[in-house]
Amino acid sequence: MVRLEPRAEISPVMRWLTPPLAVILTIIAGAILFLAMGYDPARSLRAFFIAPLSSAYGLAELGVKATPLILIATGLAVGFRAGVWNIGAEGQLTLGALAGGYVGLLFWGQAGWFILPLMMIAGVLGGMAWAAIPAFLKAKFDVNEILVSLMLTYVGLLLLSALIYGPLRSPEGFGFPESRMFSPSAQLPNLIAGTRLHLGAVITGVIVLIVWFLMSRTLFGFQVTVIGQAPAAARFAGFSRSRMIWISLMMGGGLSGLAGLFEVTGPIGQIVPTISPGYGFTAIIVAFLGRLHPLGCVLAGLLVALSYLGGENAQITVGMPQAVTGVFQGMLLFFLLAADVLVRYRLRVGKPAPALIPTRGGR
Amino acid sequence: MDGTVALLAAVIVASTPLLFAAIGELVAERSGVLNLGVEGMMLAGAVTGFAVTLTTGSHLVGIGSAAVAGAAMALVFAVLTLSLMANQVATGLALTIFGVGLSALVGSSFVGTPLPRLPRLDIPGLSDLPVVGPLLFRHDVLVYGAVALTLAVAWFLAKTRGGMILRAVGENHEAAHGLGYNVIHIRYLAVLFGGLCAGLGGAFLSIAYTPMWIEQMTAGRGWIALALVVFAAWRPLRVLVGAYLFGGVTILQLHAQGLGLFAVPSQVMSMLPYIATIIVLVVISIGPWKARLQAPACLGRPFLPTN
Repeated sequence: MVRLEPRAEISPVMRWLTPPLAVILTIIAGAILFLAMGYDPARSLRAFFIAPLSSAYGLAELGVKATPLILIATGLAVGFRAGVWNIGAEGQLTLGALAGGYVGLLFWGQAGWFILPLMMIAGVLGGMAWAAIPAFLKAKFDVNEILVSLMLTYVGLLLLSALIYGPLRSPEGFGFPESRMFSPSAQLPNLIAGTRLHLGAVITGVIVLIVWFLMSRTLFGFQVTVIGQAPAAARFAGFSRSRMIWISLMMGGGLSGLAGLFEVTGPIGQIVPTISPGYGFTAIIVAFLGRLHPLGCVLAGLLVALSYLGGENAQITVGMPQAVTGVFQGMLLFFLLAADVLVRYRLRVGKPAPALIPTRGGR
Repeated sequence: MDGTVALLAAVIVASTPLLFAAIGELVAERSGVLNLGVEGMMLAGAVTGFAVTLTTGSHLVGIGSAAVAGAAMALVFAVLTLSLMANQVATGLALTIFGVGLSALVGSSFVGTPLPRLPRLDIPGLSDLPVVGPLLFRHDVLVYGAVALTLAVAWFLAKTRGGMILRAVGENHEAAHGLGYNVIHIRYLAVLFGGLCAGLGGAFLSIAYTPMWIEQMTAGRGWIALALVVFAAWRPLRVLVGAYLFGGVTILQLHAQGLGLFAVPSQVMSMLPYIATIIVLVVISIGPWKARLQAPACLGRPFLPTN
């Protein structure tokens, strides 16, 4: 009989070993899934995980897909550490894309160095405004932020649809639900010619470093961790809970909004009815896989971005439905959460040893 | 008059998937487990119900399979949170992400395939009554089932020994453990029941409400069901009231769109159920309502039996 025995302290080794373990388990489960679906597992796994990375274009696309995931996950991770569950990043991304994109369309046909920075500011503010609603309701009335931020995601996606079929629709677009293409001054410059990798990737890298510094070297980062892990101690120390709610949601919302703006002004180039293939939800997986650590989120973001590329490639080369991507992402988080038992517990086989210290609860 | 009755009957129909999902989640939460994966379990039920009904030609087999599929999803959640002590919030989110992906994968070959609608089951004698007949007794078996299930849960929780034990586990798991009840086993059963109900709610959508498979056809109903449980202050009969309220908003919104009552884009009307959910959550969190919001004391808290 296998039992769990709580560790006195969480195991730092296990904490960083369980993500690779979860990845390996996901690949094994994926092979079984492919077999069950009637595909050759070796060929499918190759198409999914190796083929997309075997060209320079593929590597650049990995960066394109990883950028929004890393950016959003870095913001969400701060909130998750503090116990604030913002799961409405997809809606905040949409509002950021709308707000920033709108500014871009205002300057349509014009040139100027100031246009892109202005769009970025508007994108961040758009995401923040959407996140401010759950922040206000949570801080003021203790309304569940999970449900509010999620409901607002549906509202945000409907708002995008209403605007793109209405006022934002391009006058020259033959009635298609798309905005005008942004002018060159309103588009993120590409880093490498012939690819879609854009300046947003560099900005994301800088933001990750800033957040890493904030979290590991400042009192703020320490407060976040204490509030999340020991709320009572945090209250005793006078750390403000409502301030933490606001900061968490503003970081998550602002960075999600920026990610949305990067999408429309980078790889897409205009506002369209579907801006993101669920980056806002997938970033939750990235945040956990990256151990809620900014640098961990980078590694996790690159890995999870591969699941999008792999899904697209497997659809083209093996004819597999693209929905496999979502299944892989879900399995990855399941295996990670399951493997995380090893971080806080030891597995013991056999009967419990006689306790030297009286156990809590007793018999 | 006939129009009003038809409208109210439509409200009852629209509330059915919410009622299934919410009453199942209520039982899980009363045992102390917060499962945020309702949306994922509903989708698993919806796609399974559709696929099995299509291949076997039997609605009943389809409904049964959907319940099993919902429960199977719940089992994954239960193993992770109850046996492996994983965080309930994170695992629930994972269950929804997984359910969205898995249902899209399974359903990819069914998109656009029509299915005969679950037939109406008129109650002999009662369905011919004026007003009450068309309102209450000319529905399909799942509509009756959702109401019956809600009443049964209300009775089980309030009047039976099993219900009392379940509530005890949710309120104070250490005391329940001390009295010799197996907290983990009871929670497993409650979570599985929740999954089974969510699966039925999903099946209602794909074989009765709009008899076809569309990716993510639950459209957030699993999340609205979670809000409903809070709104109902964890009382089964109030879930019934809440579900009708939300069914009402849905139908109102559809009719306003159909009649072109307001000069706004249809998308704005479609926002109503989600905005109504937020408003309801705010209203119950302020003022005189707040004191009555008594969540089960052990909700979301993990339990590791010490010997």
